[in-house]
Amino acid sequence: MKKVLVVGASSAIAEAVARIFSGQGAKFYLLARNSEKLSSLEADLLIRGAALVHSERFDINEHWRHEVMLNTVSEVLGGIDVALVAHGTLGNQQECEQSPDLALQELQTNAVSTIAFLTRLGNLFEKQGRGTIVVISSIAGDRGRPSNYVYGTAKAAVTTFCEGLNARLFKAGVHVMTVKPGLVATPMTEGLDMPKALLAEPEQVAADIVRAMEKKIDTLYTPWFWKYIMAGIVHIPTSFFKKLNL
Amino acid sequence: MNGHEICGWGRYPVITVEVHAPKVVSAMGGLLRDAAGSSILARGLGRSYGDSSLNDRVIETRYLDKFIAFDPQTGVLTSQAGTSLAEILRVFLPKGWFLPVTPGSRFITLGGAVASDVHGKNHHVSGCFCEHVERFEVMVGPDRVVTCSREQEPELFYATCGGMGLTGVILTVSLRLKTVTSAFIDQQTFKARNLAHSLELFEQNSRSTYSVAWIDCVATGQNLGRSLVMTGEHAADNKLDLPVKKSLAVPFDMPPGMLNIHSVSLFNTLYYNRVRGDMVRKRVHYEPFFYPLDGVLQWNRLYGKNGFTQYQFVIPKSAGLRGMSGILQEITKSGKGSFLAVLKVFGQENPNHLSFPMEGYTLALDFKIEKELFPLLERLDAMVLDLGGRVYLTKDVRMSAATFARSYRKIDLFQSVRERYGVNGVFASHQSRRLGLDL
Repeated sequence: MKKVLVVGASSAIAEAVARIFSGQGAKFYLLARNSEKLSSLEADLLIRGAALVHSERFDINEHWRHEVMLNTVSEVLGGIDVALVAHGTLGNQQECEQSPDLALQELQTNAVSTIAFLTRLGNLFEKQGRGTIVVISSIAGDRGRPSNYVYGTAKAAVTTFCEGLNARLFKAGVHVMTVKPGLVATPMTEGLDMPKALLAEPEQVAADIVRAMEKKIDTLYTPWFWKYIMAGIVHIPTSFFKKLNL
Repeated sequence: MNGHEICGWGRYPVITVEVHAPKVVSAMGGLLRDAAGSSILARGLGRSYGDSSLNDRVIETRYLDKFIAFDPQTGVLTSQAGTSLAEILRVFLPKGWFLPVTPGSRFITLGGAVASDVHGKNHHVSGCFCEHVERFEVMVGPDRVVTCSREQEPELFYATCGGMGLTGVILTVSLRLKTVTSAFIDQQTFKARNLAHSLELFEQNSRSTYSVAWIDCVATGQNLGRSLVMTGEHAADNKLDLPVKKSLAVPFDMPPGMLNIHSVSLFNTLYYNRVRGDMVRKRVHYEPFFYPLDGVLQWNRLYGKNGFTQYQFVIPKSAGLRGMSGILQEITKSGKGSFLAVLKVFGQENPNHLSFPMEGYTLALDFKIEKELFPLLERLDAMVLDLGGRVYLTKDVRMSAATFARSYRKIDLFQSVRERYGVNGVFASHQSRRLGLDL
């Protein structure tokens, strides 16, 4: 029976992953900012077959709670097999360009606090000597694009951090997987003008994540074709790239 | 969130509207408050065919899809209204539970199933969807959620079941599931030579749990109404495993002219002759049995970019063979043969104000949208009315207010309940305005 910690449990991708694990009778500790979403997800997962669901209101920016929270989770579940770190905000790029405070706030939530949390989480897993840490990063971190480079900066930091953490913890028997979803139809991306043909459903991304965890993939692009799209984008010469409106 | 293009499953008409998709139920009140002065409408997966889910301001329930409670003693599942029937089957079938009534698509929400009071292949024995609904919560105003059942606020219950979302936003639904021991259906397929033979086969199989006929609308003369009549029973082989099949998708709009009298006639002949002998027995998975078209994602693209409509009517049993023959003849004469024609015998009418089924025969056909189609449908309406029948609101996109007023007999009751709860004009759709229910 898998013991699963979900940070940012009300995010669409996290919810879809949790639903898959609930069908396998997993035990959960769910963390999110919105308690209404938490309590409805709690009931939902139990009906789907979860053996146990704990949930607690939690904001990743409350650094002082990280250590106590992780100890509690580990104690309640009796160790952690899977930690899914899926929280995040997609700030408004134009507003971030005008306000350094706002830009720093985005970096705080999506990068700094995430790294602080992953530091403690990594150490806990290292001590356990087993388990999988899944971190939702983004294709936005692969290249700084004018449309969302603040968000992209945060995700680039998280991606690099996870790559290093993975290489470190591998020796301790822990797997850290970085997930780079493409365009996904979620509440976070609502209102964005996205090409329908490339748009994925959270359920599709979740199924990819669960499959990739079993195969111990290090970096997952999902859906798969983003690996090739991003390989293309990364190789566009900057002299030309800067003329594009990506 | 302005300027979203939405349409029904028939892809006609397509309109640009304001879409809201609340993430939590507690956000709903605020949306209704903001809408004060203009109308609003809840919308599920948009599978109703015409304009019944269209309004200038809609609330999509797709994020409100959480299970709330399940009682394995009684089989009653309570869930948020945005939950799809597909999801219920995915989670509950492996545990031995099945939907008590299901329409031909599982990609619809609980809220939509209640609002359309959908029916399925077992109408003659199990009635409509809402007959298996114990209670639901409907938000009739920013600060008012009403729990309805047959005992509690019954008028609002009967108005909301089949009420096309015009009584408020359905928030949660408690549905009684039924037990099964298999994911498979024992299917019998009978070849019917003509309409009389088809109806006779329905009569002979009236005790089958499921029955439906696929009519070849292109066949004329002696063959008018030739069909494949299919019946089904849940198998008892204790195989509850789920299928692992990928769905096909129609990747683009069919170019104009591909769907014509020749191609459809060829398809129908091949389809009919697929069954050799008078009767074939087969054990099939529930998916192809109940949802043959769900297997082809976006099949609505087959009718091209102008879209299509499905015309479904019911006529009372007394109108019988003669009435149905007359209408079928009119359709074959028009040469606008449909790809899909489904015949079914309905059981008794229920007390819901706007529910479609009545005891008799129902036929559903697809028509490509084109200018010449509308006069034909008007002629069909007149024939249906003369026989004492009516047309299904969930598929309708063009019925006149006069036809509606003559064929749905509880409109006054429905409107008086809406008035009592102060929801008339507040919850409205393109359809409700066209039919004269709202201004």
